[in-house]
Parts: sequence; structure tokens; C-alpha cells
Amino acid sequence: MTLHLAVALDGHGWHPAAWRVAPADPAAIFTAGHWAGLVAEADAAELDFVTIDDTFGPPSDDPARVTGRLDAVLVAARVAPLTRHVGLVPVATTTHTEPFHLSTALATLDYVSRGRAGWQVRVSARPEEAELLGLRPPLPAAELFAEAADAVEVVRRLWDSWQDDAVIKDVATGRFIDRERLHYIDFAGEYFRVKGPSIVPRPPQGQPVITALAHSPAAYEFAARSADVVFVTPADAADASAIVARAGSAPVFADLLVFLDERAGSAIERRARLDELLTEPERSEPQRSEPGQSEPQQREPQQREPWQSDAAVFAGGPEQLADLLISWRAAGVDGVRLRPATLPHDLTAITRLLVPLLRKRGVFRPRLGSLRQRLGLPAAVNRYSEGASVG
Amino acid sequence: MAKQIILGAHFPGVNNTTVWSDPAAGSQIDFDSFVHLAQTAERGKFDFFFLAEGLRLREQRGLIHDLDVVGRPDTLAVLAALAAVTDRLGLAGTLNATFHEPYELARQLATLDHLSGGRAAWNVVTSSGAFFGENFRRGGFLDYDLRYVRAGEFIQAARELWDSWGSIPGVREAGLFADTGTFAHHSSQFDIAGRFGVPRSPQGHPVILQAGDSAGGRELAAAQADAIFSRHHQLEDGQEFYRDVKSRLAKYGRRPDQLKIIPGVSFVLGDSDADAHERAHHIRRQQVSPQTAILLLEQLWNRDLSGYDAEGPLPEVDPDVSGDSIIQGRAGMYPDRLATAAEWRAKAEQKNLSIRELIIEVTGRQSFIGTAARVADELNRYVQTDACDGFILVPHLTPGGLDEFVDAVVPLLQERGVLRTEYETTTLRGHLGLA
Repeated sequence: MTLHLAVALDGHGWHPAAWRVAPADPAAIFTAGHWAGLVAEADAAELDFVTIDDTFGPPSDDPARVTGRLDAVLVAARVAPLTRHVGLVPVATTTHTEPFHLSTALATLDYVSRGRAGWQVRVSARPEEAELLGLRPPLPAAELFAEAADAVEVVRRLWDSWQDDAVIKDVATGRFIDRERLHYIDFAGEYFRVKGPSIVPRPPQGQPVITALAHSPAAYEFAARSADVVFVTPADAADASAIVARAGSAPVFADLLVFLDERAGSAIERRARLDELLTEPERSEPQRSEPGQSEPQQREPQQREPWQSDAAVFAGGPEQLADLLISWRAAGVDGVRLRPATLPHDLTAITRLLVPLLRKRGVFRPRLGSLRQRLGLPAAVNRYSEGASVG
Repeated sequence: MAKQIILGAHFPGVNNTTVWSDPAAGSQIDFDSFVHLAQTAERGKFDFFFLAEGLRLREQRGLIHDLDVVGRPDTLAVLAALAAVTDRLGLAGTLNATFHEPYELARQLATLDHLSGGRAAWNVVTSSGAFFGENFRRGGFLDYDLRYVRAGEFIQAARELWDSWGSIPGVREAGLFADTGTFAHHSSQFDIAGRFGVPRSPQGHPVILQAGDSAGGRELAAAQADAIFSRHHQLEDGQEFYRDVKSRLAKYGRRPDQLKIIPGVSFVLGDSDADAHERAHHIRRQQVSPQTAILLLEQLWNRDLSGYDAEGPLPEVDPDVSGDSIIQGRAGMYPDRLATAAEWRAKAEQKNLSIRELIIEVTGRQSFIGTAARVADELNRYVQTDACDGFILVPHLTPGGLDEFVDAVVPLLQERGVLRTEYETTTLRGHLGLA
């Protein structure tokens, strides 16, 4: 019984105060070096893939939180030539973007990574994101996923719009391509029409791996229809079992936010310390105490519930984490996507403490190759090829 | 000191300049091809690598054009990947102001600038075509006359976004990451407001190139651009364009050296000038196959000529000037079809040329042909006599089409003191001498 292992990367980590304790400059998340280092670490450990988080609008407008992000597809492309094994799965949004551009960008990511590209589909629900585009009022929540499903359909058709053998270079007839092997996709839906074919030849994987995070009925329905891999957020093993029973046929990855140290006590302490940073009334403090002035008064940390995320939070040691993951595997999930609470600390703990342990127990046995191959997905048949069943 | 020559390396495009039938021609899409050309350009201390953009495959007579190279990557994604395998080379991407939107594109360009340490450039092009619009949400929404209005407002909006962050991240001790500030841009084409998600990038604003040649395009360049990718590669023609565009700068409070003129040019090298001309002719025959000759003739004649023999004489029938252009996905090239056809007929009769021979003569002849020394001298003469400030070189072969130039011509330009021997700055703005 083996488990797929992925890591979700975002900023300085998934705890909102992670940037306060990051070893590097807070602005490091806007440099190539930050991302190259993190993804190289995941690559060396032969993790199946990393996701790189993103939203259409800024992640937060609260100056006490991380207020910026780079475009995740471009970050993935930037680190692709520096890595060899790890799948690269950026978030890209569908609500205010062009399906044609998404398709060509992700196909190109598949070329520059030699078959390691994926896509985590996300919708943009915040009204202020619609104002960034300025072309239409916000869509009703119910329609966001309907439009996303159309976007995925267009992206998939465009990836198939070139047959693999379209380039013929036939000097006798002067033809570079056989135009019979290129296909108009002629998509017409409620939100947009796209003619095709793509400008990019069919990517190395044929169909890069499409993923989605699902924790609402509408999102489950979307993921079941459109995604190759579904991320879910079980509270525990029993919940994981219930979710898997409801999920469709696509592989299910359970998300888990992780504080990990050799000593369980250190991880628990780090979590508490970060939570304390959150409970400080940060915005009412003086901006910065000048040398010689008295330090801002330290307030007693209030007794509060620990900070919670949409995913379950683990704080502890590697044996305990391995046991937990194995119990989730037994509950039926195909893989886990770990969200390091802080970067690079918790990522390095995952790759250097957890991964060797899971390998020793025979639970993590990565299969190298294209991302589809690593995940055990079948080779993608082109819907426009002769003999393919058009669906 | 002599004027320094700006050099850009154009990845071979999807027209018949690019020869795919040569045994040395490699993949148009494999990343290795892009790496080879970019690293060759960096070895030659070029200022930047240049990439076009595709929004739809070209069509002629309603069919996908199949005689030239077809297929290319997404501009931004491949440039981001190239940032990983180059160190100083500028990375210039063509991106259409009609079928992108300011918030997203400004964010992507700022991202590229961050990820490359200040090497991003945007070649702004425009389109109004319903043909391209069929691949996008808004369809063919833009009137032809408004394309430069939109481009100008687009650039202005992008600059406002790039300038919008109120502070640099981050004051850790006080728990303040950064105040993004807000932006609001309201113009005839755009009505957008909010917060921008990327802090000011190493160049502040990526370098802006502009490629349109009409009066509107020239005015836009004078007002907004750092460089023009021009098509004027004859000496006198170039000098006239240079004077015209640079004279438009003063009214925008700009100095002549704040806008660089960089025509796209091709070259053929040889051991002797005669050898180079022989190679040039061979390449022209590769570029103009019999099928391509008929197709290029159809672009002027604007009618189906597939029944004609490329090795035979020109059609007796005249061009069709009544209907819409049969070619889509490419800028119109012939303002007066009948006049051009008359010129071509005269030339064909005078020299007794077949269709193919004529097309080889009248379309897309290489700009610089000769020994490395001759080409180096000519390039330098163009720059020193203000026909331009540099060149975007368009090789005819993927990916090795720049190898010879870098091996043979670059050292001569360096000897003449008009091309750097080492990069002296880290950003593209720095290379180009732009503030």
C-alpha cells in the first residue's frame, strides 16, 4: 500500500504569521531564489508534485499579512529548468482570465518541464476581484464553477487540437503540417466561445494533470466532472473515509497543514508561538520602536483557541505524522498534500524527516516519469484522433 | 565614443523567413531550441532575446496555413523558463494590448521582471481583428481606429499598477508586511480599481517596445515606448524614420536617446562576399518553395492561383481588388495591389523570371549579406549614421541560426568598440542605457 506525497507551497508558509519568523527577508517571496530553493528541495526528495498557490487578486489587503504573490504559472515555469522529477502544479484562476491563454501557458509549462505540468483550477469569488478586470459584475457563486467547468473543457480541447503527428515536414509538397491533423474546437458555452485550434502543439503529456480543491458540494461536483486529482480536507481518518466514499473515480489527495520537528514538543511550541503573533493587536502597535525608546508593551497572550485552517492542522514529530498519514491511506485516500506551516522549515522537515521514514516503511515509493505516469494516470488519448471515442 | 549597437535575438517565427526544410533545422517548440538560441545570444553579449506571440494560427483562403512553421509556445511562460538558464540577457515578449487585460498582464510582466532580476520587456502590439477575437471572450470587440487608443491607455494603466505599492515589504518587528496601496484607472477603454498583488519590480517598469508603423503607432511610441521594433532596414529609409520618430519626442518632454530604434533584420555570412551571395540565394530558394511562391503571389493577387505553375510566367488576370483579403492572421502588406502587380510584371518581363524567381526577388530579401567584416561594417555604419540604434536579428534557422553571427561578427563589433565585451549592468534598462 503506497501513498502519493505532494507539498503545497505558498509565500512563507501556510500559517498567516509565517512571514514573521521566516529566516529570509519578507520580500524574498518575490524572488526566483526563494522558489528555486523550495522546489529543488521537493525535487531532491522525489516528491510527486508541488502546488504553487495563487489567486487573481492579492491574497490579503491586511498589511499585517502577506499582501502579494507572483503569478504562479510563471513561477512554475521559472523553476522547471532547474528541476528534474517533481511535478509542477500552479494555481491558475478561471473567472477573470482567458481560457485560450490558460491553455497555451500550461501547455508551455509542460514543454519547459518535459512533461511535469499540472494545473490547480481556482475560481475568483471576491467582488473586488471583478473590479480588477472591470468588465462584468461578480458572477453568482453558483455560476463560478459552471464557468470553470467550461474553461477546463476549452483548455482540454485546445490541448488535443493538435494531433501528436501533425508536424510532417514534407518537402515534396512543401507542407510543414498536415492541416487535417489540426482541429477547430468550436466551443460555444454560456460564458464564452473559443474557435481554436491552439497555437501550441499538443503538450508532451497530451493532457497535463488538472486538479482542484473541493470542500463544498459545488466544488465536489466540479472536481468530479473536470479534475484528474481532487484535493480534500478531512478532519481525521474517519472523515477521510466518508469523503472518499463520496468522491468520484479521480485520485483523492488529503490536505494537511504541518508543523513538523524531530521533537514533537518543538513543533507544538512553534505553533503556539506563531498563534501568539496573530493574537497581538498588531495594527494598533507603533510602527517601529526607535533605538533608545522603550519597547512596545508586551501584552499577556490571551487564552484563545489555536488558529485553524480549512485543512486539519498537525503539530508533532515524524513518527506520529507517518502513523497519521498511514491511517489516512488505510481510510482510502490515494495521497496527501502537505501544507508546510512555515517555509523552508516545515518543508525541509518533511523532506528530511518524514520522507525517509515513509520510504523505510515502504509507504512512499515514487515512480519517476511524467506527472501522469507518477500518479498512475493512463496515457491521454487524443479526443480528435481517429479511433478515439469523442466524448 | 562611438554609439553602441543594441542587439536583440529574434526566435525564428512562423513565416517563410524561417527555413524548416534544411537538415539543420530543429524543433520550433522543444525548450532546448529556446535555450540554445538564448544562450547563444547571451554568449554574444546581446541586449535581449525576442519572442513573438500567437493568438490564432494563420489562415489563407479559409484554410490553416501549412507551408511555414506552425506552432509556438506561450510568450510569458517560455520567457520565465529562459530566465532560469540565462543570467543577464533581456527577455522581451510580444503581447497584444487588445486580447489581454491590464491587471493580469501587468501582474505577469512584473512577475517576469522579479523572476529575472530586472530583465523583462514588453513589445506592445495591437489588433482589432474579429479573426483573432474568435479565440477570446470579448470577440472582435475593438474598432480598428481605436487600437492605439487602447494600447496607450493599456500602457498607462500598467504603469499605474506597477507604481501602486505604497511600501516595500516588510517591517517584520512591527508586524507590517506591506501596504499595497490602491489604484484606480478610468479611461475610455478601462474602468478598473483595487489593489495590485506584486510589489515594484527591479526595473520599476519593464522595458516597453512598440512595433506599429502607422502614424498612430509612431505617436504612441514617442509618448510611451522605450524602443521601437521597426521594419525600416534600408539606410535612407531608416534615417528618415529615425528623424521622424525622434522629432516627435520633444512634445512629450523626452530626449532623443530615451527612445531606441531597432529594426528587425536578417543576415547571411560567407567566406567571401560572392560566397555569401550564393548562400543567400540558396536560402531564398529554401524560403520560397514552389508552393510558397504561389501562396505569396496569392497574397498580392488576392485570388486562388493554385492552378498556376510556380516555374511558369505570372498570371494574365489582374489582382482582385474588390473583396476582403483572403489572408487572415497577418498584417496587410499591399496598399495598392494593381500598382504593385504592375511593378512585378515589369520586373518579370525585363528579367524573364518565373513566378518563383520573381517572388524570390521581390519579397523579403536578406538585409545584410557578406563576409563577417562586411556585415560588421555595414551594421556599424547604419548605427553611426543614425539609420537606427541597433538591430533585432532574425535568423532563418532554429535553433543554430545565430551561431555563426556570434562566432564571427560579434568579435569584430567588439574590436570596433561598438559592442560590450562583458555585461556591465544586470537589468535590461541598464544594458540599453535607459534610466
